[in-house]
Amino acid sequence: MNLLYWILIILGVIVLYIIIAYNSLVVLRTRINNAWSQIDVQLKRRYDLIPNLIKTVQGYVKHEKTVLNELTKARSQLVSGSMEQKAKASNQITDALKSIFAVAENYPNLKANENFKMLQEELSGTESKIAYSRQFYNDSVMSFNIKIDTFPSKIIANAFSFTKKEFFKVEGKEKENIKVDF
Amino acid sequence: MYSEISTNKRNSVFLFILFFILIGAIAYVINLFFFQGYLFIIFAAVIAIAFSLISYYSGDKIVLSMVKAKEANKKEHAHLINSVEGLSIAAGIPTPKIYVMPGQQINAFATGRSPKNSSVAFTEGSLQKLSRQELEGVIAHELSHIKNYDIRVMVLASVLVGIIVFASEIMLRSFLWGGMSSNDNKGGRLNLIFIIIGVVLLILAPIVAQLIKFAISRKREYLADASGALLTRYPKGLADALKKIKNDTSELKTASNANAHLFFSSPFKKKQWLVSLFNTHPDISDRIQKLEKM
Repeated sequence: MNLLYWILIILGVIVLYIIIAYNSLVVLRTRINNAWSQIDVQLKRRYDLIPNLIKTVQGYVKHEKTVLNELTKARSQLVSGSMEQKAKASNQITDALKSIFAVAENYPNLKANENFKMLQEELSGTESKIAYSRQFYNDSVMSFNIKIDTFPSKIIANAFSFTKKEFFKVEGKEKENIKVDF
Repeated sequence: MYSEISTNKRNSVFLFILFFILIGAIAYVINLFFFQGYLFIIFAAVIAIAFSLISYYSGDKIVLSMVKAKEANKKEHAHLINSVEGLSIAAGIPTPKIYVMPGQQINAFATGRSPKNSSVAFTEGSLQKLSRQELEGVIAHELSHIKNYDIRVMVLASVLVGIIVFASEIMLRSFLWGGMSSNDNKGGRLNLIFIIIGVVLLILAPIVAQLIKFAISRKREYLADASGALLTRYPKGLADALKKIKNDTSELKTASNANAHLFFSSPFKKKQWLVSLFNTHPDISDRIQKLEKM
């Protein structure tokens, strides 16, 4: 009788653990999906702002069409694709935008334009939102992947076939922008 | 970084346990000298509950109107709104309501019950005097208060302090106005000692409660600094903002003892005679040092 009690208690604890571990994996996976759509929202927002920027800048910088063309080209590459393609196109847009704002430094009239100022604020705001949503996405992916890799949640993850998620990678230039120096 | 967060959480749990011990002690004293009739106690309990509910559900609005905060608009404060939205994404919380309050002092606070019902407020001075990265550091600190549920902890702490102050006040008054006379025939010496201990406890309880609240507030500041730095991934921004605050001499007229614990840094600039136990905020140089070590 006593032994039976113990077995029942241990079984209960195990079942409870499975439920908790399974639910927390589901919560983490949902958070990753949310974070991904958050990135998408911000990428779309930037995508929509770029034509306005080009329209405003065009009138002022007649001799430097190449930067604008580069931006247009980068923008057109941001189609719905895999995460890697998106990350790559997004990085290209970031670089193109940076060179446009660098060029704009030489045109005082453009810099004084109210519309341009507004767009610059909006775009740099969106730019940092992209960076932050990517950071949140990667943080979420990290805690999900750690959970899948560590014992004992590893067993649950394998049993219910949870698979590891991919990070949203940043290459080259942009990486320098966000300092991670702890 | 993560270990800092967990020690801070443990410490606040400990402090809350102290709170409840204190409330238990008061309840014990009340029980010991219970001779006033039920009606009176029920009346007091109803008032205490009503008071707690009001301060829990509309404490944020009261504080925001106390400091004359106005909601930020997209036209004037585009940069502030963008930064708060961005860092909210990084923290994984919904964007809180954003307010701007008058005053040249660099300061800010967050309030509310939960991430869904929360607000952040910044002084005009902080928008003018801080650079982009410094402001982001301050925003990240405030959003961490929201994310870590510090805002709820502080609202609850204020409510508990309020209850303790209220209960001990009522009990002291009822002692002085007639409780004694109905009791002095039976007890003798032992009873007298108990009464003295009870009175002393009731006098000390509100002071101790305030001290605990201040200690929680100080702990929470370090925690928010640490997790704020985790959001921006740039502890230097916040450290630089703190340095500017250290050298800032502007006063904040709307701040009072009632809301000082909410702010990003202590709104009182003058050296006070109060010892550090009564400070709502940890020493600013100490905070800078901790950030620079991260």
